Amino acid sequence: MTSADLVALWISCQLAILTTVLLLLLCTPLAWWLARRDSRARVLIDALVSLPLVLPPTVLGFYLLILMGPAGWLGRALQALGLPSPAFSFSGLVIGSMLYSLPFVVQPLRDAFQAIGRRALEVAATLRASPMDRFFSVAVPLASRGAITAAVLCFAHTMGEFGVVLMIGGNIPGRTQTASIAIFNHAESLDYGAAHRLSAILLAICLVLLLIVYSINRRLRPAGTPV
Amino acid sequence: MSLSLRVALRRADFSLDVNCDLPSSGVTAIFGRSGGGKTTLLRCIAGLERVGHAHIRFNDRVWQDADQFVPTHRRSVGYVFQESSLFAHLDVRGNLEFGLRRVPEQQRRVRLDEAIAWLGIEALLAHRSAQLSGGERQRVAIARALLSSPQLLLLDEPLSSLDEASKSQLLAQLEHLRDQLSIPMIYVSHSLGEVMRLADQLLLLDAGRVQALGPLQQILTRTDLPLHHELDAGTVLDAVIEEHDPEYHLSYVAISGGRLAVGMQGLPPGRHVRVRIDARDVSLALQPPVRSSITNVLAARVVELTADRDAAQMLIKLAVGGDAVLARVTRRSVAQLGIAAGSSLYAQIKSVALMNS
Repeated sequence: MTSADLVALWISCQLAILTTVLLLLLCTPLAWWLARRDSRARVLIDALVSLPLVLPPTVLGFYLLILMGPAGWLGRALQALGLPSPAFSFSGLVIGSMLYSLPFVVQPLRDAFQAIGRRALEVAATLRASPMDRFFSVAVPLASRGAITAAVLCFAHTMGEFGVVLMIGGNIPGRTQTASIAIFNHAESLDYGAAHRLSAILLAICLVLLLIVYSINRRLRPAGTPV
Repeated sequence: MSLSLRVALRRADFSLDVNCDLPSSGVTAIFGRSGGGKTTLLRCIAGLERVGHAHIRFNDRVWQDADQFVPTHRRSVGYVFQESSLFAHLDVRGNLEFGLRRVPEQQRRVRLDEAIAWLGIEALLAHRSAQLSGGERQRVAIARALLSSPQLLLLDEPLSSLDEASKSQLLAQLEHLRDQLSIPMIYVSHSLGEVMRLADQLLLLDAGRVQALGPLQQILTRTDLPLHHELDAGTVLDAVIEEHDPEYHLSYVAISGGRLAVGMQGLPPGRHVRVRIDARDVSLALQPPVRSSITNVLAARVVELTADRDAAQMLIKLAVGGDAVLARVTRRSVAQLGIAAGSSLYAQIKSVALMNS
């Protein structure tokens, strides 16, 4: 295991953690809104949120690259503010990963909020809980399994991401080269031993993660409810 | 002290047009057929339903009018829903404390241990709602509502999804709460039996409109309402326990028009109770019967005769002392005895159901 591989692994982990945390914070209000409104706007937003599911990652990455590049409006806007262009940088990877994993966070959260139904929140209102209080004391705990599912899917999805990070990040070792790109590089240069080692580590991380989630889910499930 | 309701609501399949004042003491039952708007009215009172044209005032506080809408969590109403509504992420204790914790200490009127004792749920505190029976869940839900120290308790058919044994247990507990607490209750039901046991006032709601509103006995015995054609039509009388006859296992209670013998109850003399007399258990005689097996015979005056749903029978409203009693007899008997409005006769009552009060 070379130090470059370790760095790539570390970048992947940082990217996955940051993407997951930011998406959970941003998507919880969005999912709450989507779960409780039935409007025409909801159809459009649902479709937009789901777009990364069907869009080829290279297409998403390509558009983001154009957008964030020196000629794109996002790149220009950031430059006007004196900030560096996110293209070929870690911050660009985070933006790309967040868009790419968006549906994996919004959908489980929205479904979990929807499954709570109106009744539990009405009960809380009759027990003197304000709307904000109801959200944190009833909706969030009842949706916690959905949040865990969302976090795991997002983390694993970001760890395994390839097309988007390659397009936006440009495979710069030590800055934007993630573990999945490093594996591709090893395989391409026929260094199967290195590819094996890195792949095994990713496999182990994903398995351990899923084991943790399933055991938490088991504990959270109220006794007597079906799986 | 009252709850003033002006609610107008029009939907494609349903309309509600209510304009009335409910006394804010005792138990007011809202009775009527399914789909008649009972639950919607209750939800409007709680603020769970926001109707465009409504004016709702509780005592001196406006809850809703053209300019304002006080949200549910600021109305201090307790609400017991028809089906189980316990929070799945909390155990029973967590459910009970949910409302309690949100009431400032000096406003708390019900203590945790009191509510637990009243509803008999000591053994359930560590359980989750999935582990409870239907009756246990409703008992916890009622205790939870009481612990939020409501100024008005709203109950939406709390017994309708329960089996008979749980129903009668919970009904007894509700009677006890009515007598122990000074919290006014509004009780939605489509069971006349529940209404007769619990209600002080009765509001009849039919197709979204108030058909009648008044004291229980008065509404139960009004002959112009469909209520008294029900199979179990009857009346409810206030009574006081007088004495016990242990030899024959009977208790005697005083009513305004005399005294009644009822099955022995372990209640102390002087205790106020309510007795229920069904119209089908009352027969009429022109003279006091001699050598009859019927113990309860009361002098009565005929107030009104009306046709019954069954063409062979008539319903007769009687004045017994200051109370109104219904009798269901055959048309043939009415003709043979020459019964007419104003006749004086004797009401023989086969069985009297005594309801704890």
